[in-house]
Parts: sequence; C-alpha cells; structure tokens
Amino acid sequence: MNIQAMPMHRFIDHKGTLVTPLPAWLSHDMLVSYYRDMVLTRVYDNKAVALQRTGKLGTYPSHLGAEAIGIAIGRTLKSDDVFIPYYRDMPAMWARGIAMEKNLQYWGGDERGSDFHSESAPHNRPSRDLPFCVPIATQCTHAVGVAAALKIEGGHHAALVTCGDGATSKGDFLESINCAGSWNIPLVFVINNNQWAISVPREIQCGAEFLADKAKGAGITGITVDGNDVVAMLDAVKTALEQAYRGKGATLIEAISYRLSDHTTADDASRYRSEDELQQAWQYEPISRLKQYLINAGRWTEQDETELLELCRKDVEAAVERYLAIIPQAPESAFDYLYESLSDDLHQQRDAIINKAMRMQGAKHG
Amino acid sequence: MAEMTLLEAVNLALHHEMASDPKVIVLGEDVGDNGGVFRATVGLKDKFGCKRVIDSPLAEALIGGVTVGMASQGLRPVAEFQFQGFVFPALEHLMCHAARMRNRTRGRLTCPAVFRAPFGGGIHAPEHHSESVEALFTHTPGFKVVIPSSPQRAYGLLLAAIRSNDPVMFFEPKRIYRTVKSNVEDNGNALPLDTCFTLRKGRDITLVTWGACVVESLQAADELSKQGIEAEVIDLASIQPLDMRTIFASLEKTGRLLVVHEACKTGGVGGEIIARTAEHAMCLLKAPPKRVTGMDTVMPYYRNEDYFMLQEADIIAAARELVEGWK
Repeated sequence: MNIQAMPMHRFIDHKGTLVTPLPAWLSHDMLVSYYRDMVLTRVYDNKAVALQRTGKLGTYPSHLGAEAIGIAIGRTLKSDDVFIPYYRDMPAMWARGIAMEKNLQYWGGDERGSDFHSESAPHNRPSRDLPFCVPIATQCTHAVGVAAALKIEGGHHAALVTCGDGATSKGDFLESINCAGSWNIPLVFVINNNQWAISVPREIQCGAEFLADKAKGAGITGITVDGNDVVAMLDAVKTALEQAYRGKGATLIEAISYRLSDHTTADDASRYRSEDELQQAWQYEPISRLKQYLINAGRWTEQDETELLELCRKDVEAAVERYLAIIPQAPESAFDYLYESLSDDLHQQRDAIINKAMRMQGAKHG
Repeated sequence: MAEMTLLEAVNLALHHEMASDPKVIVLGEDVGDNGGVFRATVGLKDKFGCKRVIDSPLAEALIGGVTVGMASQGLRPVAEFQFQGFVFPALEHLMCHAARMRNRTRGRLTCPAVFRAPFGGGIHAPEHHSESVEALFTHTPGFKVVIPSSPQRAYGLLLAAIRSNDPVMFFEPKRIYRTVKSNVEDNGNALPLDTCFTLRKGRDITLVTWGACVVESLQAADELSKQGIEAEVIDLASIQPLDMRTIFASLEKTGRLLVVHEACKTGGVGGEIIARTAEHAMCLLKAPPKRVTGMDTVMPYYRNEDYFMLQEADIIAAARELVEGWK
C-alpha cells in the first residue's frame, strides 16, 4: 500500500507541484525561510549521527524525514504557547528558539540540555515547554494538564503535543484525547505517523485506516495531513491553534511521514525493513519537494542551495564547537536538583560522591 | 478549635489552602459533586468552582499525568486516587516524571504536586483496596512520602505537602479516617515534613510506627506500662525523608528498637530504619532490633483479613520479648 497516495490534506505533492492553491497568509518569502530551516535541521541531523558514531554523542534518534512537521510546529506556535515534545522533535524545538547545542547536550548525557531558555519567549525567559519525553505517550497526559492550566489561567494560549504512531496504541494517548474532548481544552495533538515504531509497522499498531479517525471517538477534530508537505502542516497547525485560541477545543493532526533513518543510532532498520520500501519513501521526502516547488516558482537556484548548505554547515559546526566546549557538570549536581533542599542523609551522600570523584580524578591524573 | 475526624481534617486543610492560594487545584474522579468516595473533598466544588475542583474521567494514568502537566506550569494540583491500589496505573507518571521533573530540567520546571490516596487494610474492602506500598515511593528518588495518623497532624502535614515545592505522596490511613478524633485549629500552621513526632515518652523501648498502627502502638504502650515497661512511641509521619535523629535520641534512652508497620516485611520501611540504626547507632542498642509488620502475602479478602491485621497483642508480645529476653 502506498500511503502517500491516500487522500489527505496537501498543497504541494512529491514532485513539487502545487495541487491546492497556497493559503492566502503564506508568502513565497516565508516558504523560502522555512526551506532554509528544514535544510539546516537535516544538516544538523547528519552531523549528530556522525558525532554519535565517533563517540561524541550518546544514542541519538534521527529526525530524518520529519523536518516539515517540526518546522511547521516550531514556526507556528506562539511564544506564550507551550510545546510538549517527544524525543524526535529537534526541528520543532530549534524552530521554537531552543539553541542547537542544548539538543546536543541532552543527547550527550548532560541534564542541562533540558534547562533551556527560549529565544522566542519574551525577555528570553526560561521556557515553559516541557523537556523531551522518552517514555511513550506519557507526554500526552502532561499536555492535557498543561492545556488545562492554560485554560485556568485564562488568556488565549494553547498547548501542542507530539507523539509517534506507536504512541497512539497506548492508553495514555487514548485517555488524553478522550479527556481533551470532555474538558474542551486548548490543545493540539500531532502524530508523527512515520510508519514505524522501532520494528513494528503502522498496520500492526491499529486496524483503523487513519489514526486521525480516533479523534471522532474522543469528540475532537481530526485531520490527516501530508506530513512531508510543510505547507499542509503549517496550514493544519495554524488552523488547529486558532481553534484552540478561540475556545473551540482540541484537534488531532495525523501527519503522514516516513522514518527515513533507523529508530535510533542503536538500531539497524535493515533487519526488518526492505530497501525497496525505503527507496520508495525517499521519493516523497519533505525537503526535495519544497526545493523543486521553489525552483519551479523561480524562487530558488542551485547557487542558492550551495550557499545555504555552506551556511548550514558553518552554523552546525559552530553549535558543535559550543557543545564540545561545555564544562561538564559536577558529579554532585545529581543531588542539587533532586529536591528543593536536601536532607541530612542526602547531604552525606552528596559529600561521598564528591570525595569519590576526587579520588577517581586523582587516580586518573596522577 | 473543633473536634473532628482525620477525614474532616483533610477536608479542612484543603479548604484552607484553596482559599489562601488560588494556584491550588483539586482533581480526581468523583472529587466534585460527590466530594470524593470518602468525602474528603466535600464542599470544595461549591466554594471554589469547577475550574479549581475538577472531576476527571475514570483514568488513573491520566490523573497522574495531568497533575504533572499542571504542576509543571506553576499550579499546585492535589490529585486524589480513590485507593492506593488504584495508583498503579499512574506509576509511570509518578516515577518517570513527577519525581524527576526538577532534576531532569535542572530546576527549570518543578512538580509541586500532592498525590493523595487512602491506604491500608482493615475496613473489609474489596480486592485491591487494602494496599500499603509506601516503601515503593520511598525507594523512588524525588518524592516526599507523608502519612498522617491524627486529625491534627493530617491538617498540618497536608498544608505542608501542598506548600512543598517537591512532589508529595500523601497516604491517608483510611482505617482510622473516622475512628480517631482530636481537636484541630484551622490556623493555617503547617507541620514540618522532615520530623517525626514523639507521642509518648518512655525509658525501656522505642516503638517507631506510622499510619493506623499508631493506634495499636499507643494502646500497647499503655498496656506495657501497666506491666512495668515504659515504651516511647514515635509516629514517623514523614517516611521520606526519614528523621533518624529523633529515633537515635530515643534509642539513647531506651536502647531497644521495635518498628511496627502494616506493610509487608520484606523490603519495607522498617528494614530501612533498622539498617540505618545498625549503620550509625549500633552502639546504642542493648538488644537486636525487631519488626512487627504485615505478612509477605497479598492481603486476603475480608473474611480472613483480621488474622493479617496487626493486633495490640502482637506489639506487646514483641516488646516484652525485646525487653525481657535481652536484659
């Protein structure tokens, strides 16, 4: 089954052809800007995998193929909205103003990677966005709480949560969309339906034709979108957020994409996925179609592409340099954020780890 | 000052703190119009409205997760689980997220939430309604674990739990929800969450206990006194963090330690108290420490429940053995 051939919300097809007129609010300049964002995240992703292979990063989940989803989310959310990401959401976090090296720090084994400010937030204040969520689908229930908090606060803000297609099989996801419907809260769910939950394909997750159909049972709006078409994603996220701002409740967006990478750098997808299927999926990926559209529209050239790639490489290398220059956390920092204040017993354990670390460092150096 | 039950004191504390802090939210199943299955939240919805007293769908994982989400945004949610045995579907949210939010974001976000649940056996409840799993949460870094055993302490400790900037598991001994009464003043005074309470002074043996077992422990102490043995009774109250200073100070006088708890023996909090005593205060002991605890079994259905509940006589027997066998 060619999932990309199924009916879904789409503006630009995989050949770069406009199949629906662009939304009135979207300019070509904006599209060029989004294209640049998407290319930057792909260059970053390739670099992150290389860093893992050379021992400079821990296990890393590539977002290859999810660039349009992430950029659409990150660029559409307003600064006072709250984003609740899952672990494959670097493009959205970056587009939301989180520094690239923070992501490297997180996957590099440093908890400070989740202590980020948002450049898009007023006065560069600490972001209210939640950190990456690794347990599957639990972030959906947190998002319900966040959206309920926003509703209690008043104002016109919304929460947006992402998950993979595998997460939709979990009770947490179903409990969350169910509650979002009954509480009428300002919340947008985005499923990155990339067809694979590690080795388990989409058809084993659920018998429904579309995962967005689950919205009907929850009493919320559901829409299936071409997740490789950044315009369709922008349009869907913008519409859903506006509905949330107006107090019209939650929306479930199923973004159809494809995981062009392994699940993580610890995975080998060739064990369970055919090369033919992967090659077919590459025909539909999000960046090449937008590039082709912009070229057709006279807004992009190969010279632009060359210059962009060079710029992206410089930006990513600079972020990597900043990441590698970060001074490691002190070993006792594991205690410093556990509670607001430490008990006597934890103080003693904290002292013990300091002494142990000094012994170990002394042995290493001398 | 009014005499009230432990349950009424919980309700009073919720009323007090919701009135003084608009960020306090109560949520759970049945907490609104019904006032909770035990009526701990009765009257809150009428007073504070449905935006602050929120009936949730029947989904415990959701309740746990929603509470985490609310707390991450600066609210102070107080979630009610109807029974401790129903906390299990929410464990992933409690352990993976609530307990770790401050740590994993280096303090950028925190989880100032209270998770309330009635616990323990002895009320002839159905299956899965009699658990005592405080050790599970004590073993999870990031939580405070609190168990009141009197109306006055329920009021003061719950105020402290709600004001805490750390997540608190607040377990209420439902067996004494309505049977224990005392005077409670609605003065807004919180009790410390890192101190246990010495309820009775004594020279011969230290009884450390918590929850509903405090009742039998005090009764046992009275009976022991008639037999010439003076027991000091300590209500642990804060299970995490453990206040060992008060226990060691008591052991300096008595030299004998008996821990009494309803939860299973193996891996229980009693074992931790005895281990810390062995590590840091062995020289104070005149006799090996001892435990009177629940059995390492599933709590039987109610026809056999009484055989498994701790009795005053069990505590007396263990105390006498400790004092008389090790003179």
